[in-house]
Amino acid sequence: MELKMFILVLGLLVGTSSPDMGTNHGKSPDSHNHGPQNQGNHTQSKKPFPVLSLGYDHVRLPFEISLWVLLASLMKLGFHLIPRLSSIVPESCLLIVVGLLVGGLIKLVGEIPPVLESKIFFLYLLPPIILDAGYFLPIRQFTENLGTILMFAVVGTLWNAFFVGGLLYGVCQLEGHRLVTVDLLSCLLFGSIISAVDPVAVLAVFEEIHINELLHILVFGESLLNDAVTVVLYHLFEEYSSVGSITVMDVFLGIVCFLVVSLGGIVVGAIYGILAAFTSRFTSHTRVIEPLFVFVYSYMAYLSAEVFHLSGIMALIACGAVMRPYVEANISHKSHTTIKYFLKMWSSVSDTLIFIFLGVSTVAGPHEWNWTFVMATLIFCLVARVLGVVGLTFVINKFRIIKLTSKDQFIIAYGGLRGAIAFSLVYLLKTEHFPMRNMFLTAIITVIFFTVFVQGMTIRPLVDLLAVKKKQETKRSINEEIHTQFLDHLLTGIEDICGHYGHHHWKDKLNRFNKKYVKKCLIAGERSKEPQLIAFYHKMEMKQAIELVESGGGAKLPSALPSTVSMQNIQPKKPPQDRALPQLSKAREEEIRKILRTNLQRTRQRLRSYNRHTLVADPYEDGWNELLIKRKKMMELEKKISQMNNYLTVPAPPPDSPTIARARLASDPQAWGLKSVTESIPTIKVDLASPQSPESVNVVDEFGKKGSQSKASKEEEGGLTMKVPSPTKQRKDKTADEDNDKEPQQRLMRCLSDPGPTAEEEDEDEAFLP
Amino acid sequence: MITIVMGSFQSLPDDHQYRTLSQKTGFSLEQIAILHNRFKQLSQNEETLRRDDLKTIQDLESNPIRSQIIEAFFDSRNFQKEGVGSVEEIGFEEFLTVMSYFRAPPQHITEEQREEMRRAKLRFLFNMHDTDNDGTITLEEYRHVVEELLSRSGALGRETAKGIADAAMLEVASISVGPMAPDEFYEGITFEHFLKVCKFVHLYA
Repeated sequence: MELKMFILVLGLLVGTSSPDMGTNHGKSPDSHNHGPQNQGNHTQSKKPFPVLSLGYDHVRLPFEISLWVLLASLMKLGFHLIPRLSSIVPESCLLIVVGLLVGGLIKLVGEIPPVLESKIFFLYLLPPIILDAGYFLPIRQFTENLGTILMFAVVGTLWNAFFVGGLLYGVCQLEGHRLVTVDLLSCLLFGSIISAVDPVAVLAVFEEIHINELLHILVFGESLLNDAVTVVLYHLFEEYSSVGSITVMDVFLGIVCFLVVSLGGIVVGAIYGILAAFTSRFTSHTRVIEPLFVFVYSYMAYLSAEVFHLSGIMALIACGAVMRPYVEANISHKSHTTIKYFLKMWSSVSDTLIFIFLGVSTVAGPHEWNWTFVMATLIFCLVARVLGVVGLTFVINKFRIIKLTSKDQFIIAYGGLRGAIAFSLVYLLKTEHFPMRNMFLTAIITVIFFTVFVQGMTIRPLVDLLAVKKKQETKRSINEEIHTQFLDHLLTGIEDICGHYGHHHWKDKLNRFNKKYVKKCLIAGERSKEPQLIAFYHKMEMKQAIELVESGGGAKLPSALPSTVSMQNIQPKKPPQDRALPQLSKAREEEIRKILRTNLQRTRQRLRSYNRHTLVADPYEDGWNELLIKRKKMMELEKKISQMNNYLTVPAPPPDSPTIARARLASDPQAWGLKSVTESIPTIKVDLASPQSPESVNVVDEFGKKGSQSKASKEEEGGLTMKVPSPTKQRKDKTADEDNDKEPQQRLMRCLSDPGPTAEEEDEDEAFLP
Repeated sequence: MITIVMGSFQSLPDDHQYRTLSQKTGFSLEQIAILHNRFKQLSQNEETLRRDDLKTIQDLESNPIRSQIIEAFFDSRNFQKEGVGSVEEIGFEEFLTVMSYFRAPPQHITEEQREEMRRAKLRFLFNMHDTDNDGTITLEEYRHVVEELLSRSGALGRETAKGIADAAMLEVASISVGPMAPDEFYEGITFEHFLKVCKFVHLYA
């Protein structure tokens, strides 16, 4: 049903867009005609005031662009509506097919289908995708495998280019008649264009197959870094194909040019990245435009690099990667989400548009089919790729610790997809210099289609067949972080003892430099001193707190609570005599009270020290406002309940484990209100940070048992009086604490854990400052 | 992970001794020679190495877990099968044995040998954490680890370190043992649990 509606809408859209393009040409002369006529008429007789008129011309361009974008997005929607289609065929293939259909339709109507213009492609469609990739690049894995990636990108691409170009030239010469005119340089140019693995296509396909991170970063990194090689080779051959020959000097200059292009691109990107990071330091008062800085600086980096014919892609990657750690430390949580989603959205739309236009251009573009050339190109590309990967891996494995297996090699070779960049580069060639340009175009399109369709579609079943390791879905845990850091330091230390300045030594030096100088400049306020482990921990806590809030409205035990083990399970057991006491003597009670007091005082100090150094709660966060509101509600509830109940004499139900108690508190304020009364002491959770924070459970755990027993025993003794002082004392301390601490997460926990109401409402009123 | 650069050197002294060492630890003869030179340099040409000798290394100063690394060299669990406790000074053989834990595995070894090497390395790591040698990493010891890691990084206090360590411990417990009743007590991370937790850790080698 949905599907039919959808197809109907689609048909309408396509229908309107094509006649639009047709009628445009008709419109302008018409309106011109009307113009003078109107003038003329006006002097003669008064025309009635036009209530509704048509002026399509001046919105034509944005209108068409929007229509195309809308078409692309609806297509994307559509694919996921059709069941099972998206699991068999990768999206890129479907989009190309759609492009073909649309192009065919437009041609049927008699119009010229729009072609993927290189300028639009390189300036508007490509940057979002690359920025998205660069900003979220996993730096650690990238740098660990940098040597391998560079080998594949530089040496691999060079090998591919020369192999394909050279052999094609040979074929052309052999073939005779039509192809003899193709000279060596043109062939080499063609080879260099077609040999570059395309990041857009690789991303599109690899994202769906969830392959393990190592392979992903290898293929993807290669596709990014080979841009520099492609740029240099392209310019080199393009320049000299008109001249007709290349000298050794030119080759040497070419190598220098390569270094300039790649390093220059990276430097430009890094400069803009640092500027962006520095700017973000001061944005604490204008949070709304923070994402804008990220986008604009990155785009400027790209454009600046393009001005000097440096590698724009590398500039963009460098910019994103450099600015990210600092910007993320400075910007608000919301801005972070905005950046993430805008980047994903733009890159997704770009991606879709590129593939659709590729399809349309295929229908449109001038073609010149030559069986020999095209087939030869295809075969040579595949062969070159396989040979290149195998050969390079053989060399690389000598230097790698984690060797690349033949399965890995196969995937790397198979994942070398060509895409729209190659197409656009060929499109840029002028027919005057390159008479065989149309043939090149056809050949490139064939290769692109082959790689995207055949390789793209079959890579998923092949990955399953070969049982290649998939990406592990585990979130990064605190243990991982601790051990990774520990290992880093350990290996650095061992290297120092060896007297050997290796990989870890320099990385450690860089980190120390970063911490000492760079972070101070680029990160605002106190965050600059926060060590990585603690930053990670805070991030995790925040995530957990947010999850807790979000699942707060739900039913019983929210699944968001990950740990089924609570602190009491790992806290060292108290000496047995404490737990076995059936009756608590007065001395024991005194002790309990004293411990409670001191612990809470300590907690208070802790809260203060925590305050000075931790995240400043973002006042603009909506989530925190909700928490504040919730807290107020809880307070009011508490007040109400205290008026109602005197449950203290009722024998308490067996105290739940702190986890369950906490969960219930989290889920249902109502229930909390009632229950808390029966568990006054146990529910004191002076939680510093997260629901699972040890501090909270600390108190609960240690005194949970004591408390419940003391309560029970007190019940027996019939003593209501005994208990009152302690809760009072605690609450007094606690409410005072609440003043000091503005941490939103803690607010949540504290309001959940506010001890049951007894008297002392006045205290509460005073203490509770909105 | 440490690619030992082969430098030039004179004739190998004590060839036979080196050969036995090479067999025991798996280093090549050249590597042993280089390490022996380093050992002599550190120990000021004496036969044995002491803690103070290691403390003189400049670059180690800024390492937050310096003391633990140095301790690891003198921990007899690392160079004797059933060793207990720590020693005051070590000879070249022990030095080499400890170093061998960080050796890259040779190209052509079987899967089980690789697994064995990995276990040995993880055991070394485990011993570094388990300072009281009871076979488990208790909460206190884990806290100590985190504190050491953060010790160099400023004045954030022991409390956050405690929080982090406790959260990590919780995680290990929930991974290794799963849901626990409130009365059960998780003694500490045993070596088996440690292996489970460290699955992700790409031990270089």
